[in-house]
Amino acid sequence: MSKMIEISGLNKNYSGKKVIDGLDLEIDHGELFGFLGPNGAGKTTAIRILTTLTKPSSGRVLINGIDVAREPASVKSEFGIVQQHLSLNRDLTISENLQLHARLHHLSKKERNQRIADLLDYVELSDHADYLIDDVSGGMKRRAMIARALIHRPKLLFLDEPTVGLDAQTRRKVWDLIRRMNVEGTTVFLTTHYIEEAEALCQRVGVLHHGRIIAIGSPLSLREKLGMIAVEMNLNGNGTEYKYFPDRVQAAQFIEGLPGTERVVMRESNLEDVFIELTGQKVLGGVT
Amino acid sequence: MIDAYSILWADLVALKRRGPRYLITTLVSPILYLVAFGWGLGRGINLNGTSYLEFVIPGIIALTAMTTSFNGAGTRLNVDRLYFKSFDECLMAPIGLTSLLMGKALIGVVRGLMSSVAFLIVALLISPHIHIGPQFLLGLLLTCLTFAFLGVLAALLARSHEDMAVFGSLILMPMTFLGGTFFSLSQVPVGLKYALYILPLTHSSLFLRAAALDQPLPWGSFLILLAFLMAFLVGGMMTLKKISI
Repeated sequence: MSKMIEISGLNKNYSGKKVIDGLDLEIDHGELFGFLGPNGAGKTTAIRILTTLTKPSSGRVLINGIDVAREPASVKSEFGIVQQHLSLNRDLTISENLQLHARLHHLSKKERNQRIADLLDYVELSDHADYLIDDVSGGMKRRAMIARALIHRPKLLFLDEPTVGLDAQTRRKVWDLIRRMNVEGTTVFLTTHYIEEAEALCQRVGVLHHGRIIAIGSPLSLREKLGMIAVEMNLNGNGTEYKYFPDRVQAAQFIEGLPGTERVVMRESNLEDVFIELTGQKVLGGVT
Repeated sequence: MIDAYSILWADLVALKRRGPRYLITTLVSPILYLVAFGWGLGRGINLNGTSYLEFVIPGIIALTAMTTSFNGAGTRLNVDRLYFKSFDECLMAPIGLTSLLMGKALIGVVRGLMSSVAFLIVALLISPHIHIGPQFLLGLLLTCLTFAFLGVLAALLARSHEDMAVFGSLILMPMTFLGGTFFSLSQVPVGLKYALYILPLTHSSLFLRAAALDQPLPWGSFLILLAFLMAFLVGGMMTLKKISI
């Protein structure tokens, strides 16, 4: 059985600069995958290539077995996308935005009216269906974009920084929605620079840096590789140094051996530690 | 065509929402032109037995059709593409590029026809002798189509909102005053006259004026306008193919 996404040897150059550099990636059906990376790592460019908005310089992308470059028209029915920026038509109401999308995906009148009602209920926007986009909150706009992306029942959903700019409460609401969609069978490809978001949601994450995947695996396996226990040492105002250990015993032995002048914190490592170690190594040329 | 209508549908919903306000604002410029040139400067001028007011009204209609069609399609697409980014959603929808291009141009045609017809009604109250027949309406439709597709082409080529403003200043503004709207081409030197034939608005003005004054129709101008339409359509298609997979 083919994968939901198969990327091989993908490259994208802008004015001689490599934005995507030989990207290889496979994502299974039903997976909730997270693409992590600092700003400018190439996350949005990768999503734009996968969603037919940008032509790759070279390489191959298959979505549900369909070649994106050769059959863009067919592949467009396979996915939905929630873009990072607000891409709703601001002259229309929430319901009309969904209507437009349903029309463009060739849903019959009866089908689209039912689907819009169902989706507005799903994202808890039924009471705001007839509000113009500029008259609703940021969280509602984001949920409207999710509803729009789902209108044609896509098998794959791209979420490009879906919670950027949202308050903590609304972010949790969007997380619940993402989990629910995934449980109901939708493959989710998420990009985020909120590490806790990737950790909370994703079964597997890939860390993208300078257009290349520098680590991939479950959040737990990536933490295990780094060390499950982190020791933070405050260097008397000269920054903080981090050490990672497989368990608390080894971490405690390390702390006992310290001269005792630093302020030391022992805690569980997290995906942010993994991310900073990986991207920091590349950027700074070695941080331990 | 269903997909083109779907694109148009969204723009029509938005237009309906602000219809009266749109009509009022769109009538300001042509009425000012009419007052300034038709009643002000042109009072007492007679061109081969035709009053200047009757002469200038078809030119102002061509001008209104040009600006409202261009802006109705182009400015809107430019904003959707570069500011709201909602054009990306259309590019990712499973519809043909021809439908997308047509849909985006058609709102320009609708807006162009609305404004032109509204001004025409005002003009008919002032000068009831203007002849409005099928040929006039055909010429008006072709003018709206041509400039709507030019608007789409400009919006697809533009990399910023400033690019659209530059296009307006360098292309539309000279055409406004030189495209045979306010003066007869027979009054300008031969060299300039031929240069002005390069402008599509010149041919719109010539055709609409002949139709409105019930004179022999310059079908050559009609065909040239048709050629401009095809060129803008093909140009738009090629540009759209370039920016889409």
